[in-house]
Amino acid sequence: MNDLLIVLATIVLGPLVGGFLFGIDRRLTARLQGRYGPPIVQPFYDFIKLWSKSRIVVSQSQSLYVLGYLLFTITALCMFVLGQDLLITIFVLAFGGFSLIMGAYAVKSPYANFGAQREILQMVAYEPILMLAALAIYMQTHSFMVKDVFKLNHPLLISLPLIFVALLIVLTIKMRKSPFDISASAHAHQEIVRGVYTEYSGPYMALIELTHWYELLLVLGIIGIFWATNPIVGVVLALAAFVLEIVVDNIEARMTWPWMIKFVWTTGISLSVVNIGLLWLVR
Amino acid sequence: MGLVDTARVKSPWILHYDCGSCNGCDIEILACLTPLYDIERFGMVNVGNPKHADVLVITGPANVRNQRVLRNLYEQMPDPKAVMAIGTCACTGGVFHNCYNVLGGVDKVVPVDVYIPGCSVKPEAIIDGVVLALAKFAGKGGAK
Repeated sequence: MNDLLIVLATIVLGPLVGGFLFGIDRRLTARLQGRYGPPIVQPFYDFIKLWSKSRIVVSQSQSLYVLGYLLFTITALCMFVLGQDLLITIFVLAFGGFSLIMGAYAVKSPYANFGAQREILQMVAYEPILMLAALAIYMQTHSFMVKDVFKLNHPLLISLPLIFVALLIVLTIKMRKSPFDISASAHAHQEIVRGVYTEYSGPYMALIELTHWYELLLVLGIIGIFWATNPIVGVVLALAAFVLEIVVDNIEARMTWPWMIKFVWTTGISLSVVNIGLLWLVR
Repeated sequence: MGLVDTARVKSPWILHYDCGSCNGCDIEILACLTPLYDIERFGMVNVGNPKHADVLVITGPANVRNQRVLRNLYEQMPDPKAVMAIGTCACTGGVFHNCYNVLGGVDKVVPVDVYIPGCSVKPEAIIDGVVLALAKFAGKGGAK
């Protein structure tokens, strides 16, 4: 019963928090560019507007895949909030990402197909780091369960600082921010229009925005559990990582996918492996 | 004004199509996005995809070659939508009005909601026009 309430609270309150975070993102970005920026509630206006627009379905299966993206991401977030298996959470999140890709492949638009290919490359880049992070957390807690992280008497950040840095890279890719906004950029007039999102419009685009809010919360949550001994510090840590991403987004140029793979696989994976190696030596 | 209308007025995403204008008006449209005018503070985003757009902003006169593209862009936009003709050329054809290939203003091809004259238009006039377009946009009611 208690778990059910937690799940309901996550589903209802999750988008509120996530939407406000995206509003803060747009406001902060505008301020960093010397502009005033839209109101903080702007993502909600966008959501309601998109929801109220007419449906244009390019391919019937597309709408199914949007639902898959939404439901898998909600499932992953709920599993995380309930303190379930971190590894399975990561797999379910990957299923969500896969649904988005399938939806983009369900249409013949070259822009969507290009975006889908790049989205696959992004997943190829960050999935190993998420796996290694789960492995490193396992080495500390001897369990893949998220709730066991809270039983540790020291913060994970102390023993896994390099994994934390690698997860910040994953956060940038997941938020689709520069330098990794290669599959779909929020900024117009790029070579693939809106990439994976090109053929989604109206209510389907609204559902994708909604999914982004849940997704952001989940990734920030994974960053937050690095200071699980004191949840307030954990939340501050996640918010600091979020602000850092916005600053990086504004000072970084948009890079190409070969650069992303090289950077994430060399820097990200070596950071993770060195951290795990050190843990193994100290043990 | 209900919640949906408010949201529509607060979040007009703009698609900009250049029918063959001299780029004077295009530069003024882009000036609206710069820190000086910053129309993103009203929730306006310049999108490159007609399927995400609410307001079609057109510069330059309609001609025989681009009318097909213009109509296609308009038809790809989900309802409700608004169309703005920016500059004298888009309104009437301007100095090009009697060229052999020019049909005239863009209203010969797609229904236009707001005409903003000027050669080139001032960013202030564009913002005024957008406010007018939004008032019409809110009145367009539910999606068809």
